[in-house]
Amino acid sequence: MNKRLLLPLVVFLVLAGFLFAGLWRDPRQVPSPLIDKPAPQFSLARLDDPAAKLGTADMKGQVWLLNVWASWCVSCREEHPLLVELGKAKVVPIVGLNYKDEPSAGRKWLAQFGDPYTTSVIDRDGNVGIDFGVYGVPETFVIDKNGTIRYKQIGPVTAEALEKTILPLVRELQKS
Amino acid sequence: MIMTPLARVALPVLIALAALLPLPAAADAVPTEMDPVAAARLVKLSEKLRCLVCQNQSIAESNAELATDLRRQIREQIAAGKSDDEIVAYMVARYGDFVLYQPPVKATTLLLWAGPALLLFAGFFFLIRNLRRRTVTEPALTAEEQARAARLLAGDNGKLDQ
Repeated sequence: MNKRLLLPLVVFLVLAGFLFAGLWRDPRQVPSPLIDKPAPQFSLARLDDPAAKLGTADMKGQVWLLNVWASWCVSCREEHPLLVELGKAKVVPIVGLNYKDEPSAGRKWLAQFGDPYTTSVIDRDGNVGIDFGVYGVPETFVIDKNGTIRYKQIGPVTAEALEKTILPLVRELQKS
Repeated sequence: MIMTPLARVALPVLIALAALLPLPAAADAVPTEMDPVAAARLVKLSEKLRCLVCQNQSIAESNAELATDLRRQIREQIAAGKSDDEIVAYMVARYGDFVLYQPPVKATTLLLWAGPALLLFAGFFFLIRNLRRRTVTEPALTAEEQARAARLLAGDNGKLDQ
């Protein structure tokens, strides 16, 4: 058989291969350039006590999660029971970034659904969110003892992501 | 236009009422207190940047809250005297190259940038090769055919074919 006739078939198969692989990729998952970079510095008023502040510097020396949430965010409700469970287990401190939310609405939301956070801080205008490259709430960052971002979960934390990725990473980072 | 009697009465009244009302102040129409140069820079910059929420719109076009916030950031940074490059670098540091509609030339984007040119050259290569082959494979006439052609040209046509 003429080999040249096979060329269009090869081109087609390569193209089909790329398109097929593309089916399983989520265009909303934009890789963050902040992975393995120092977490942006912030110091924000606490949701439970707006007179007090909490920031990146206060978390130095421990592995922690930064969970971006808001009372207006529907997917946050989806992941919330998992976070509450994780909060109860006290495996890792979870700092909540109450993103572009009315603080009173945020407090009410926590009272209603449970508060898994070590502390939540108020990011009323979303500037700290921008510093963290947040574009789809909820988002969760794993930050190591040196304050370096090691992982970013875009969208709700799922049981699978928690067990297969986040918790093993947290344990490994806690050892070092 | 067909109007019911009620509409015939109500419509002019409504129009008159609407004229009396003050125009609603849209959030976007609030004077930005920007000089025209800075405003033009804001538009130009925000058109170059992709909104991550509605990914097929630029920050200039998108009505997503994030886009509004990022426009505000750009405005503040222009006011603070930052250059265009610094503002773009600020966005890329947070959201990655994905925010740029025109990705930078890098090792990972080389194929993207060179691809169209490569395809064009490949096309030319195959075109030229094919054309060359076509002229080479033109069959030469045998001696017999040459003689026949010569006779045909001389005008002996009829006798030969019968």
